[in-house]
This record gives sequence, structure tokens and C-alpha cells, in this order.
Amino acid sequence: MSLTNLTIAAALKKLRAREITATELVSAHITASEKLRGLNCYITETPEQALSAAKTADARYMAGNPLPLDGIPLANKDLFCSRGTRTTAASKILENFVPTYESTVSQKLLDAGVAFLGKANLDEFAMGSSTLTSAYGTVESPWKRASSPDVKLVPGGSSGGSSAIVAARGAMGATGTDTGGSIRQPAALTGIVGMKPTYGRCSRWGVIAFASSLDQPGPFARTIEDTALMLNHMAGYDEKDSTSARIETPDFTSGLDKDIKGLRIGVPKEYRPEGMNAEVAAEWDKGAAWLRDAGAEIVEISLPHTEYALPTYYIIAPAECSSNLARYDGMRYGLRVAGKDLTETYENTRAQGFGHEVKRRIMIGTYVLSAGYYDAYYRKAQRVRALIAQDFTRAFEKCDVILAPTAPSTAFGWDEKSNDPIDMYLEDAFTIPASLAGLPGISIPTGLAKNGLPLGLQLIGRAFDEVTMLCVATTLEMAAAFTATPTIMAT
Amino acid sequence: MSLSEPEVAKAARLARIALPPEQLPAMTGEVNGILGWIAKLQAVNTDGVEPLVSVSGMTLPLREDVVSAGGHAAEIVQNAPEQMENYFVVPKVVE
Repeated sequence: MSLTNLTIAAALKKLRAREITATELVSAHITASEKLRGLNCYITETPEQALSAAKTADARYMAGNPLPLDGIPLANKDLFCSRGTRTTAASKILENFVPTYESTVSQKLLDAGVAFLGKANLDEFAMGSSTLTSAYGTVESPWKRASSPDVKLVPGGSSGGSSAIVAARGAMGATGTDTGGSIRQPAALTGIVGMKPTYGRCSRWGVIAFASSLDQPGPFARTIEDTALMLNHMAGYDEKDSTSARIETPDFTSGLDKDIKGLRIGVPKEYRPEGMNAEVAAEWDKGAAWLRDAGAEIVEISLPHTEYALPTYYIIAPAECSSNLARYDGMRYGLRVAGKDLTETYENTRAQGFGHEVKRRIMIGTYVLSAGYYDAYYRKAQRVRALIAQDFTRAFEKCDVILAPTAPSTAFGWDEKSNDPIDMYLEDAFTIPASLAGLPGISIPTGLAKNGLPLGLQLIGRAFDEVTMLCVATTLEMAAAFTATPTIMAT
Repeated sequence: MSLSEPEVAKAARLARIALPPEQLPAMTGEVNGILGWIAKLQAVNTDGVEPLVSVSGMTLPLREDVVSAGGHAAEIVQNAPEQMENYFVVPKVVE
């Protein structure tokens, strides 16, 4: 078997048995990444760092004291600050930004021995569902539609570089961040696993901020076990993040093979709107049937405020982004475009440094927070957010895990969305409610649509109960036995 | 409700984003499209509902008010567009 087709768990076994070396494993992925360069998955490649990490890992394997993820080649979303390596957030405003510190999550992974292959492309400041807003070019999905192989498809977003490179076998896993669906939706569109942990589970320190009350780092991989293995070395309390949860980190791999007999799986009736994609609905029914066959009880639940989740998000996220992105003023770091006075310097810097979607969200955020409108928009959205969170609390009295689709359709072409921004915002209709409630969610690839593209199903768990969610995810993974691979692959 | 072009220009000024007059009509249209869409929240009855500020369900922790780090001036100014002797150099603001 080719080294780039291995799972992380299988590679670790081979490394520990000394059947392969970390240098061989990492080199194979560097070669793969070079072949996949046309997909534009990386903003910055770091092969020298990866090889150096592999060499150190090999020394530890030789000495018999390897680290838990020693020599595993991963991609790192270019939103995580990396010491000494340019970190752009896919924005021109940070084109030359070289952090002098490492984000907590990427440091934890480095401490576990991983080799980062590069900084993965994304939507600018993680604002988007396609990578179309990146200032460094769009990422091409390695998947092709059977009927139109010439159409370039999006890998989802915002973490689209991460999802595409893992799907195409250029990396064994990747870091991502999820604010409204930015891990789960790209995972679904590229046929891999992507997980957003409970808000507070993984530290946000050193992750370039978008909407602080929603942002949450998480892993991408090709199996549930690999996802859990990565999360083990990403999660944990961090005093440098004031909303980091002071809660014990379980072994996320511990419950994977447990029986789901007797678990109650909630199916929210509001997630089946009129005009829903028939194949997505059928896939969802299939998922419920698999879980029923495995002994779970399927219960209908109601999340009555679902239809208000998107508008709520598109007040809260822009409001927080307008505040967070105020720091890009051209004074202390990033681009500076001089004007005739200080104000004009600010205005020119931000006009040239930010892309259109980012500007639009800052404008909306500025407006909803401005004097006279704060209560009508921002306070109102926070109140509706409370109702959305309460919907989930009530639903979890009747069920243990929620099953839903991840995305409303399969991947779309680069030019297939209208110019109406709301058309793109609807991509996250199924992922945003759980984000607003801070709950963990995971997307699992379960099948192919008639057009040959992957479909994913989403599980949503109780806060800090990722273990139960991962257990149900494993059951879905086994039942689905998803083995389809993208058209473009490194091997 | 709908925003006029001067109101959108004002928001751009507040956000310190230069918005050339020729871009104002398009931006006004887009902003109004989004504001019209999010206006559906007004239909939700939120009487007596406390705003949800954070899902973490905890009060922000306090730490001892003591120096915990320092001496990193050179690193802090390293990414500055312009710096001098560990200071940020900014445009003149006092005449």
C-alpha cells in the first residue's frame, strides 16, 4: 500500500514496528504535495521543516521513545500563527506577517511530534464557504463531477485547503477552524471527516480571530479514529485563552468501538425544509436506518428556532469580526498604505488590504453595533441565540446525539453561485445552529450522489460529550464503508 | 428598513475603510440585501429572554495582577511596517 494512502493509526503502527521511517513517510507526502500543487491547497509550503521534524522523529523511534504522533505529516490551516513561518489568514493585509509565537493548538501538535507540510489555504480571515475569497487564489477540489469533469469545483470553506489536501492524499490530516461550519462543510464536500469540538475544548490562542464567541479549532482526517487521535493532541485547557474550558481532556479514542444499543438519536424535523435536495434527504434517511439497525432508537425532535439561526449568525459574526479586525490599522503589523493624514492612512490600508467579502462583513458589523442600532440588531440577535441554544438543551432531554445533513448539496463549481452573498451563506444552514449553541459537531462521508460527488452526514453532540458523538460516528463510518476516492490523487 | 448611500458611506468611515464614490451604490445594494434578510429576526418574540453573550457558561477568570511576561519589545515590533529602536513609527498625529 502506498504511504500516502495510510491512515494515521496504521502509519503509527508501521513506524513503531520500524517497518517504515518518518523520513520516508514525510518525503512521500512532500512529493505528493508537489504533484498536487495545481490544486492550490497551500499558501506557504514548509517541506524543510517537515523533513527536519521527520529526522528528529526517526531518532526517537530508533531510541525507542517516540512521541504519540511522531513523524505524522499534517497540513496546518494558515489561520494558526506559526513561529517563524509567514501566516496570512489568506489576506493581503497579512502578506508579510511572520509570527514570533506559535498557536497553542499547533504547538501541542508539534509537541506530539507531527511534521507540518505547509500552511493551508482558506477563505480570507475564514469568511466563506468555498475558498473563493482567498487573496491567494481559489483551492480546486480534487473531486470531479462525473458529467462535467472540466468544471473546477470548490473544496468547501473556509478550511478548503485543509480539506482538499487531505482528500487528495497530500497530507494525513489537517488543522481547521470552524466558526459557522468551516470544518464540517468542507469535510462533507471532499469526502473526509471533519470535526468541530465543543466551544472551549481547543484553545483559540494564536488563532487569528474572526468571531471570538464562535471560533473553534478542530481536526480533519480520513477516519474517525485518526480524527480522535489528532483531537487528543489539540484539546486541553489553556490559561492564555479566557474562554478555554477548565475541563479534563478524555482519551477521544476510548469509546470508538462501544455499542450504540439503546442510544437515542434525534432527527430534527426543521432540518427538512421544503425544496430540500432529494439526495441529501435520502442520505439522511439512510444514516438513520443504519443507526437503527445498530440498535439505536431514532426519535423525532424539534429545534423550533432553526430558521432564525442564519440571520442571527450574520449579525453576531460580522459584529465580532468588525471588532476583531479593527486591529489591522497598518501601525503595528501588516500592510500600511500611506494617506495624507492618519485617518486616510487607516482607510487606505484597510481598503487595499481587505477583500470584498471581509469589507462587507466589517461594514455590516460596524452598522449593527453603531449607536441607535445596537439593541435592534446585536442585542436582538443575542436573545435569539439564547433561544437557539435552549432549543438544543430541550432536544437533548429526548436524545443523546443529533443526526442531520452537513451541507445542503454536493460541491459546487467556482462560478456556479450567484452574486447574491446570501446564496453562499445558505451553505451553512445545517452547521450554524450548533455553532451558535457552542456544541460539538462532526461530518462523516457516507456516500456519493448520482453526480459522483461525496455526501456527508453530521452528528451534533452534547457540550463536552465528544466521546459519545465519536462512538456514533464510528457506527456510521462502519455502516457506510465509504471507500470512494477523488479523481485527482497524489498516488 | 433600508440604508441610504450617505448612511453606508458613514458606516465605511466608522469602519475606516476607504469607499470610493463609484463603489457606493453597489455596496449599498449588498448591505441592504443582507439587512433585509436578517430583519426577519424582528418577528421572534424575545420578551424576557436574556441575551446570550457566551456559550462557555462561565464568568471570565481573573488572575493575580502581577507581571507575567515582558522584555519582548524586539519581537513585538518585528512585524511593524516601520520601527525604530524598538518603537513603532506612526504617522505624525500632532501638528
